[in-house]
Amino acid sequence: MTAGAPVLSLRNVWWLLAALAMVGAPHAGRVPWWITALAVTLMAWRGYLARFNLGLPSRWLLLLVIAGGTAGVFVSYGTIFGRDAGVALLIIMLSLKLLELATLRDAMLLVFLGYFLVITNFLYSQTIPTALYMLGSVWFITATMIGLHFAVRYPGPAAPLRTAGVLLAQSVPLMLVFFVLFPRVQGPLWGLPRDAYAGITGLSDTMTPGSIANLSLSDAVAFRATFNGPIPNPTRLYWRGPVLWDFDGRTWSAGRPYFGKMRYETNSAPVEYTITLEPHSKRWMFALDLPARMPPATIVTWDFQILSTIPIHNRVRYEMSSYTSYRYGEEEREPVLARARRLPEGYNPRTRELARRMRGDAPDDRDLIRNVLAKFRNENFFYTLSPPPLGEHSVDEFLFATKSGFCEHYAAAFTVLMRAAGIPARIVTGYQGGEVNPITDYLIVRQADAHAWVEVWLEGQGWVRIDPTAAVSPQRVERGIAAAIPVSDPLPLLVRTDYEWLRRIRFTWDSIANNWNQWVLGYTQERQRQFLRSFGIADPAWRNLAAMLLVATGIAVLILAALVLRKLKTTVTDPVLRAYRRFCGKLARKGLPRHPAEGPADYAARLARERPELAKAVSLVSALYISLRYGTDCDPADVREFTRLVREFKA
Amino acid sequence: MAQSLDKVISQVGNVILGKDRQIRLAVACLLARGHLLIEDIPGVGKTTLAHALASSLGLAFQRIQFTSDLLPADILGVSIYERDSGRFKFHPGPIFAHVILADEVNRATPKAQSALLEAMEEHQVTTEGETRTLPRPFFVIATQNPSHQVGTFPLPESQLDRFLMRIELGYPDAEAERALLQGVDRRDLLSQLTPCMAVEELVELQQRAKRIHTSGALLDYVQALIAETRRSPDYVSGLSPRAGLALLHCARAWALIEGREHAIPEDVQAVLSSVVGHRLSPTGEADRVNGANVAGHLSRQVAIP
Repeated sequence: MTAGAPVLSLRNVWWLLAALAMVGAPHAGRVPWWITALAVTLMAWRGYLARFNLGLPSRWLLLLVIAGGTAGVFVSYGTIFGRDAGVALLIIMLSLKLLELATLRDAMLLVFLGYFLVITNFLYSQTIPTALYMLGSVWFITATMIGLHFAVRYPGPAAPLRTAGVLLAQSVPLMLVFFVLFPRVQGPLWGLPRDAYAGITGLSDTMTPGSIANLSLSDAVAFRATFNGPIPNPTRLYWRGPVLWDFDGRTWSAGRPYFGKMRYETNSAPVEYTITLEPHSKRWMFALDLPARMPPATIVTWDFQILSTIPIHNRVRYEMSSYTSYRYGEEEREPVLARARRLPEGYNPRTRELARRMRGDAPDDRDLIRNVLAKFRNENFFYTLSPPPLGEHSVDEFLFATKSGFCEHYAAAFTVLMRAAGIPARIVTGYQGGEVNPITDYLIVRQADAHAWVEVWLEGQGWVRIDPTAAVSPQRVERGIAAAIPVSDPLPLLVRTDYEWLRRIRFTWDSIANNWNQWVLGYTQERQRQFLRSFGIADPAWRNLAAMLLVATGIAVLILAALVLRKLKTTVTDPVLRAYRRFCGKLARKGLPRHPAEGPADYAARLARERPELAKAVSLVSALYISLRYGTDCDPADVREFTRLVREFKA
Repeated sequence: MAQSLDKVISQVGNVILGKDRQIRLAVACLLARGHLLIEDIPGVGKTTLAHALASSLGLAFQRIQFTSDLLPADILGVSIYERDSGRFKFHPGPIFAHVILADEVNRATPKAQSALLEAMEEHQVTTEGETRTLPRPFFVIATQNPSHQVGTFPLPESQLDRFLMRIELGYPDAEAERALLQGVDRRDLLSQLTPCMAVEELVELQQRAKRIHTSGALLDYVQALIAETRRSPDYVSGLSPRAGLALLHCARAWALIEGREHAIPEDVQAVLSSVVGHRLSPTGEADRVNGANVAGHLSRQVAIP
């Protein structure tokens, strides 16, 4: 510690510890337990040293802990770079810095590191609760910083907190200006570390029995859709995702996509809507069957999957239009149809046998389909989220033994039956239905709404959607997953509809979260351009934006300054004082301003010294002013005389 | 009557050379019926000032040299048994005078100090169950060595507050110093001083000082000064209401000396440093405003409304 540097008081150490604990707390669940334990220990140690006024530990000991901590991070993460390891390292160093905390300068450094730790929290979560918590943290850190500068006469914790609150409130206009005008770049401002996308759920390009049922246990939002017109009937809300062609006996997979031109016929008006897709680390962009246009930076496969050119790591918002009644694929090429009839040899013999038998009963494809659906409907098939596990011949076991399954079981069984009977068929996965948020009238589609259905190819009709699940459980399609599943099945709490109040809260919250996503997190380059265009700014190139940013910042600061300064300037009603200010103003313009703390007699004396030619007039004015303002004289005639003298005074 | 004040000031100024401001402040303190603390190193004329002032005003003058073995009775007086009358007779101490010079007040023990300070506050003395009123006017000029000198009991803040003003004399400037070196012995000068006014006249002047007009605008300024000391982090604690009253009384007395019927902000500024200097301590961070210029800093900070 350098001699003479201001020493931190115990109070300031407590404040700093509390502020850092507050900022670091959300990380506690993300870093390995030993880092949390180390940080808590170091903070408690610092608190102990401060409480009993003991000396700080030696530098060598700290170096030892730094080395140990860095090694520990390397062992835990395999690296010391990247988001997770970086944050872990930052937390360790911050806690160690506390043990070097002796002077005001150290404290300020810690405060700034605390602000940085606030930012790191946003690398993990950008939700409203996180933002609010971080706002609280920033408030507290700022109050800590203000508190550092109360050397004596500390007025209690309310004063720094209030000052910090005022500071933050004053920064709001600037924050808004920066938010609206700061030039956005396509994609994130800097590349997030690669490990930032772990643990995101969503559909995949393969399907095994149970994979969609698993997904249905998550109430995470897959995407939200806002319709320009009325929301279509639930039975039409088939959100198309990966199309699965190839079956190896157990797993359905998408195989290589074909790219081609979209060709279809329709006789209906398109449905217009906007989708805000949550990141899912894959390339699909969901759209209602059948997409009529493509969002920017996408390609469409020839089986109508829309694929983004890059994996979707950020929330994407795109406008879509779809035709809900359509015909397509009537002139399908034979190799494609052959692929849609292929079945692996040696699997599901009983199903093949059944298909042959049913084919004999119904030579027409449409009759066969009707019969199979009737079989699902009339035999006691059971729709459940937790079906019994299936063995090697999964479709056989499902059709003849367990007879209970989730949508993927029905879709798979139906497709295998079709293919065995020689009808080209494929599985389409995606989402079905969704929940209308009555608060702002948009559709929430959750992972729990994941679904699988079938498309069969019929001569003269092309690809036709068949949903075998609808045969077993019509409610699934008409009223959603929660209505179709038995109460005993585990469903995420938020999808359950038992509690009306819970639903209301959930809808309101989702509505707020949606606006947050749309307008705060989703304020991308494109949105910014749209928004500025509505103000008549046609070409917001980044140079223009930077210029506008500077101008708007200047304006915001000026307005704030005007508001703050207005308090200082009160209107003067006293004619004597007003006239005297005028007198001072006249002299100030001649380079002889009165110092605010200079009395009238002193001022007059100084003026007489500096401008002897004015001495007589100045002394007249000053003497009258003094007797009017400080004496007992309040004669209106004297007031008039005084204002006249001031009016006629020439500096 | 104001002329006689001017005469007092110029007569004292002949003895204490080049210290016109301090003499005026001392007179203002007397007119405001407060007590004066002079703090400085030995030999700059503290005692001479007190003596000259008392002589010029025609007041009874007593000097008490404070030492570490001074007892309260040495100040207040004692009752002694008289064989003739068979009764105890009170022999008044040196405190029963108009002007008391309490020399080197911080060399005495706190007990002796408090005997003096209580008398200053109450304008009366209570010994052996009997209360005796002190003569009027009653004016204590205490001198104090800077507290870091050896063998001193510095006055605590609460007792410093009993003094209306604290002034420092400081070294004379070169011109005054030369005049001092060339001139006659100060003690001879002191003995030649003649009173310029009667005691009644002084009491009348004190009454007039009380009646000096202070307008709302002036009170605004005084309040602004006080508020600044309470608000600003530069001071350990703000000025008390008593300090505010002291400031106002001194400003009135100063206006009277200046020959005005009303006080103006300049009067407040003139007495500010001697009134608040010992009542206001700057905080550690505000070390730049140490000691004497704490008041200068304050008066520069506050705009005159």
